[in-house]
Amino acid sequence: MEQIQYYYFNLPIMRDALPTMLHGLGLTVLMALTTVAMGVGAGLLLAILRSYPSRWIRWPIICFVDVFRSLPQLVIIILIYFALPYAGIEFSPFWSTVLGLSLVLAAFAQESFWAGITATPRGQWEAATATGLSHTATVLFVVLPPAIKTSIPSLTNRIIAVTKGTALGSAVAVQELLAHAQSIQSVVANPSPLTLGALLYMAIFAPMVAFSRWLEWRYRWSR
Amino acid sequence: MFLENFFDINAIIYTYPLLLDGFLLTVKLVAVIVPAGIALGTILALIYALGGWFTKAGFILYVDTFRSLPPLVLLVFIFYGLPFLGIQLGSFASAVLALVLNGSSYYAEIVRAGIVAIPKGQWDAGRATGLTRFQTIVYIVLPQAVRNVVGPLLGNTLELTKATSICSVVALPEFLRTAQIAQSHVYNPTPLVFVALVYLILLWPLARLVSRLERGIATH
Repeated sequence: MEQIQYYYFNLPIMRDALPTMLHGLGLTVLMALTTVAMGVGAGLLLAILRSYPSRWIRWPIICFVDVFRSLPQLVIIILIYFALPYAGIEFSPFWSTVLGLSLVLAAFAQESFWAGITATPRGQWEAATATGLSHTATVLFVVLPPAIKTSIPSLTNRIIAVTKGTALGSAVAVQELLAHAQSIQSVVANPSPLTLGALLYMAIFAPMVAFSRWLEWRYRWSR
Repeated sequence: MFLENFFDINAIIYTYPLLLDGFLLTVKLVAVIVPAGIALGTILALIYALGGWFTKAGFILYVDTFRSLPPLVLLVFIFYGLPFLGIQLGSFASAVLALVLNGSSYYAEIVRAGIVAIPKGQWDAGRATGLTRFQTIVYIVLPQAVRNVVGPLLGNTLELTKATSICSVVALPEFLRTAQIAQSHVYNPTPLVFVALVYLILLWPLARLVSRLERGIATH
């Protein structure tokens, strides 16, 4: 018991590590927010574009979505960081991670929004077109508002799953939370910083997981 | 120039044995982690359904804890943290433990949601024919519940399969790790591109199937 406390909950070590770790936490949060903004934004845009009746728009979008749903997040990040420079395209560790995760989130977000759009009854489209709205106006003002509402539970789950991937940034040397936890751990030869790191991750994600549970519960009863 | 850098056949021929070993190790990881995750997840969901409020609270604590920890954080903790207690698991066992803990929490939540969606009448019917609570859930409720959540179960299997690539971080020579080693041998990113293509070709059909099943449920 004493050993467990000394190695995993060593308060003096945690206290010394805390300022640096909070710095890493800040970067983790920044990566997560940037990923959500870029991924959800791009996913929404793709879902809107997919509603246009042209296969030259639809097929590339479907391909994009399938590719980024099939590839592991870390494979995408490693490709961006280690392979793209051979083509003369270089991203910093931070942007390699954020870009990789955003592509994945865009693919999944597109699926969530698209499921919401296709769930809109045919009559709504027809009513909107009959009142003289263009396709773009119909999608933006009639179809999208309820579609976004329907997609929120599945979108929340995806956002959690993808933003947890910010920890993968440590594999391409982003100085985020996990990277700091590991480097301090190896300096002090005590894994308490890893415990602290895990607790800090839980401090961000546990409320989000609880929120998604509440959303699903509310959603089930509102039907 | 582009082809030479990203699709250099010689680089693949040269590093082929290494990449094959990596691929087989990834297959082995998936073959251990997915069944173990499904089994543990199902057992947890059964315990939830049969237990009282205390067990239910324990279930939610387990599921939400492992859903809110990034799998890589869990893996690093097990691989670098546990040896201080004298628990030296090695990279394969660490990877299996981390991903089974992570995967089982998602599977458990999916099966649980399937079980609670089965109408109460099915339970009553089972009990009325003289089955015990345990027999009712195993023979009557669970089969229907699983059939309703096949889409999410497959979706999580896809995610778990993809997640095995994080094991490269603890130096486990799985597919992605061998590609990185191969890249450093040939000074050329072709092995990385090759590994991405293999992942894509093998997992694309699964991704298609998952989205078809999810859409199928949405329209019912």
